[in-house]
Amino acid sequence: MTHAKRIIPCLDVDQGRVVKGIKFVNIRDAGDPVEMAQLYDQKGADELVFLDITASSDKRKIMVDVVERTGDVVFIPFTVGGGLRNIEDIKAILRAGADKVSLNTSAVQNPDLIKESSRIFGSQCIVLAVDAKRKQNGWEVYTHGGRTPTGIDAVEWVKKAENLGCGEILLTSMDADGTKDGYDLPLTKAISEAVNIPVIASGGAGNAEHIYDALTKGKADAALAASIFHYEEHSIRKIKEYLKSNNVPVRL
Amino acid sequence: MSVKIGIIDYGMGNLKSVYKAFRFLRTEPVFIDKEEDFDCDGLILPGVGAFEDGMKNLAPFIKILNNEVKTKPLLGICLGMQMLFSDSEENGFFKGLDYIPGSVKKLPEDGLKVPHMGWNSIEFLDDDPLLLGIKNDSYFYFVHSYAPFCSPDYILGQTEYGIKFPSIVAKDFIYGTQFHPEKSGEPGLKLLKNFIGIVESTI
Repeated sequence: MTHAKRIIPCLDVDQGRVVKGIKFVNIRDAGDPVEMAQLYDQKGADELVFLDITASSDKRKIMVDVVERTGDVVFIPFTVGGGLRNIEDIKAILRAGADKVSLNTSAVQNPDLIKESSRIFGSQCIVLAVDAKRKQNGWEVYTHGGRTPTGIDAVEWVKKAENLGCGEILLTSMDADGTKDGYDLPLTKAISEAVNIPVIASGGAGNAEHIYDALTKGKADAALAASIFHYEEHSIRKIKEYLKSNNVPVRL
Repeated sequence: MSVKIGIIDYGMGNLKSVYKAFRFLRTEPVFIDKEEDFDCDGLILPGVGAFEDGMKNLAPFIKILNNEVKTKPLLGICLGMQMLFSDSEENGFFKGLDYIPGSVKKLPEDGLKVPHMGWNSIEFLDDDPLLLGIKNDSYFYFVHSYAPFCSPDYILGQTEYGIKFPSIVAKDFIYGTQFHPEKSGEPGLKLLKNFIGIVESTI
């Protein structure tokens, strides 16, 4: 079987600009999400995720324009998340040309949003983003960019969300995020085994082996990372070559 | 001279990516939402959603479409491809356009995640201008739970996901892809470009 595991770069976007964009030689403006997206497409990314971290809600419309412009030149699937509160927000992003939206805080506050949005737009375009942090026995879901504990168990939450109709889980380990010590494999495995929809592992990637582990031991369908792809030694192509040589099917 | 590609807009899903892909390829795409708009060189039947809804929404255009496909190349994408076939078992039994003999059936779920979503490779079974310059076993982007099954005579390429199913089909100038070429990166754009070439060759 040749169904490929996916490698997904994530771009944090604030008021239409990429945060922590790195200057590549062949890119004019590292802060332009459209140029970055195009570059990642050329470098072999399977999908892209834009995370809109714009704090002020009146400036969120900027993202719609980013999505429009990305769709003009990028022909791989892309997901947009961050601050989408209701059906109208979701519709605006999908209409602008995004393939999927990811919901996080708004889905915890109002689980019916998952049900309603997947009914209207189809499960395939509704991704549930889960920020999970280790607790005594299992993992707890956090919202508001990891600032607010909810008391909800992550495994129970993803099961519920799958039943409500979401088509994919974007799972971030808050403990591993930023460490570059590898993904939280027990968490990734627990979530992947709890649901029958694809799981994207996120948080902790530092090298190709970490990604290999997430896709094999962690049973994830895709691996998401941000900063490591900026460096040539961890280019998407090199990571995919490593995966392929270790019998993980990838699109090369 | 740029060919005029008509994208049939019958209210099934977002057609923007298809439109943008054709614009990126320097053609002149237009949306077709009434009979007079069928004045195009080539036709695209896109679509996302359930088969029954698709056929219901397409009903006002079926008569003219039946006539147009006698002389113009048509490319069905995803649900648009499935509707080219005789019938579908999705949520019951529904008649399709019947341009290509065959039936749409649910993918088996044994141990696999359905919908089949993501990148999968295609084994080419036949030569065709649609596949010019695309490497065998290239990856394309799929999102679907059902697939058509038909005689090998109409299969240009097949994909394995639990079972092998036809992922590129053709009969005369009627083409269909189960995947989304407009979301399949370089090989997807190449396929659309080849379709434009086929359209050019017919005018």
